[in-house]
Amino acid sequence: MSDITASTPTLHGGSPARSAPITAVGPIAWVRANLFSGWLSTAVTLVLGYLIVRAVMGFVDWAFVNAIWSVPVNGNGVAQTQACRELHGTGACWAVVTEKHRFMLFGTYPFEQHWRPALVCLLFVALYIVSSMRSFWNWRLIPIWAGTLTAIGILMWGGVLGLPYVPQERWGGLPITLILATFGLAFAFPLSILVALGRRSNLPAIKALCVLYVELIRGVPLISLLFMASVMFPLFLPEGMNIDKLLRAQIAIILFAGAYLAEVVRAGLQSLPKGQYEAADAMGLSYWQKTGLIILPQALRTVIPPLVNTFIGFFKDTSLVLIIGIFDLLTAGKTAIVEPSWQGFGVEVYVFVGLIYLVFCFAMSKYSQGLEAELNRHRRR
Amino acid sequence: MSAALDTQGHIASAARTDAPPAIVLDKVNKWFGALHVLRDVDLQVALGERVVVCGPSGSGKSTMIRCINRLETHQEGKILVDGIELSDDLRSLDAIRREVGMVFQSFNLFPHLTILENCTLAPIWVRKMPKKDAEELAMEYLTRVRIPEQAKKYPGQLSGGQQQRVAIARALCMKPKIMLFDEPTSALDPEMIKEVLDTMVMLAGTGMTMIVVTHEMGFARQVADRVVFMDRGEVVEVGTPEQVFNDPKTDRLKMFLSQILRGH
Repeated sequence: MSDITASTPTLHGGSPARSAPITAVGPIAWVRANLFSGWLSTAVTLVLGYLIVRAVMGFVDWAFVNAIWSVPVNGNGVAQTQACRELHGTGACWAVVTEKHRFMLFGTYPFEQHWRPALVCLLFVALYIVSSMRSFWNWRLIPIWAGTLTAIGILMWGGVLGLPYVPQERWGGLPITLILATFGLAFAFPLSILVALGRRSNLPAIKALCVLYVELIRGVPLISLLFMASVMFPLFLPEGMNIDKLLRAQIAIILFAGAYLAEVVRAGLQSLPKGQYEAADAMGLSYWQKTGLIILPQALRTVIPPLVNTFIGFFKDTSLVLIIGIFDLLTAGKTAIVEPSWQGFGVEVYVFVGLIYLVFCFAMSKYSQGLEAELNRHRRR
Repeated sequence: MSAALDTQGHIASAARTDAPPAIVLDKVNKWFGALHVLRDVDLQVALGERVVVCGPSGSGKSTMIRCINRLETHQEGKILVDGIELSDDLRSLDAIRREVGMVFQSFNLFPHLTILENCTLAPIWVRKMPKKDAEELAMEYLTRVRIPEQAKKYPGQLSGGQQQRVAIARALCMKPKIMLFDEPTSALDPEMIKEVLDTMVMLAGTGMTMIVVTHEMGFARQVADRVVFMDRGEVVEVGTPEQVFNDPKTDRLKMFLSQILRGH
């Protein structure tokens, strides 16, 4: 509460405060306090510093200095990777990425139509950016999402507006990952809120249903859910009816993510003191007014870190769809190096694919930190 | 709003015996599990009457007033508020909660909303008042509790006494006919108790029907038309402040008063 600054004289009229000596503030003080505070910390600093410099230099050598960025292609379209093999691992063969990046990003989607999945990826990124802006957090988001997702569907399938039809079996790469993650979380999050509320409901049937759902889904590995969705589920459908494989995997992911997120949301609901519910009740707010205006805004703010943690986890877990033969980004990367001339260059491919995942996950993480700080303004004094 | 004071500094009673009673409790019984917390509680509160409820902790006084707006449910007996009987019917519950304001011991302001938003929330969503009107009304009540300048702040930035005054303003914004106070000063530092009690005295002067659970005997003497003494879930004595404090009839009340006085 007090506002004592460096230049304020002391309360009792004594000598004015002097500025701190250079050894107590500023970068020099920081280095002394954190890196060289004693002989042990000095030794640790020197050893670790040496190791870090060695590792960074080694990586720079491998990734940039000795790297090969392109290789010649012979008349049959087969890449001549001799130069890469002669490096014996001392340098990266980025040629594999240069040559194969379109396959990794878009899978087996018809080559001359690649602009369509590329545009889809851009649309997704634009959708994320718009959705992250708080000035759009109102009814406008609903038409924006509906419009963008329709456009994405049209672009991917085609068959209208002069776009050739592309069956879902030929989709692959980054659009698949983004579709699974975006639809997955966009549906799983509202579902999880309903389930978390249902688990705290006074109505025994609703409560039992929600408990059963969460415990059943959480108790089973995602992989087995995916298998069930791809193998068992069609057996229960009536003759002649068939649901798209991607959609089945999508539903499995939504159900799985929903169960996990529900527990995170429930933790937030439980963190609220009983008085908040009572005050809302005493004012005559209805259940949904109380939940929407008082309870959820507070509960969700509290659980932003674990919520985003789960979001990031599921973004990466979409790669598990490879086991039921769906071609997501990671599977496409893996398939790209099946070709004999490119075998053995897995590291470069995985670094590239990993970098794409990292960009999305890091953006989510950074955004959530900013959001947390902004939404919890009221906690500051 | 100058409160009419009689010779003892007591605010003149506004109780209207001609009108039907604002609150009727008729043989109300309540159990928490096997624990019998309210035993045959009978109480009638007239429109405009101010009742102070006191008693040792665990005597059921908070439970009783929480039954009046159904934050707790009673198992036996009848409770009528403003002529409407409390039941499981949600519509009658909504109607009652609209007419009954409540102030809690721990304030229970909504920390994620500003002071102004705290006050306008229920008028906008429950009374369906236009936002602008609700804000004007809220500023009027915030002025009455003498904190209009804090309207844009969050509850966490205010002192306890200020928060409790906001809580009173928030309840008043619903224009309730009845106000319930559940130990409104018990969670406050001593120097803040007076500002909250002053606000409540001001409110008493407007003729509001009030039921106040409190141990503040000075407040009870100044504003109460009647004092209810409860012990172990029963209403033991009811009377004017003079009767109850100066001339206790039962040993239980005598003991309670001696403990209260020793504590002060």
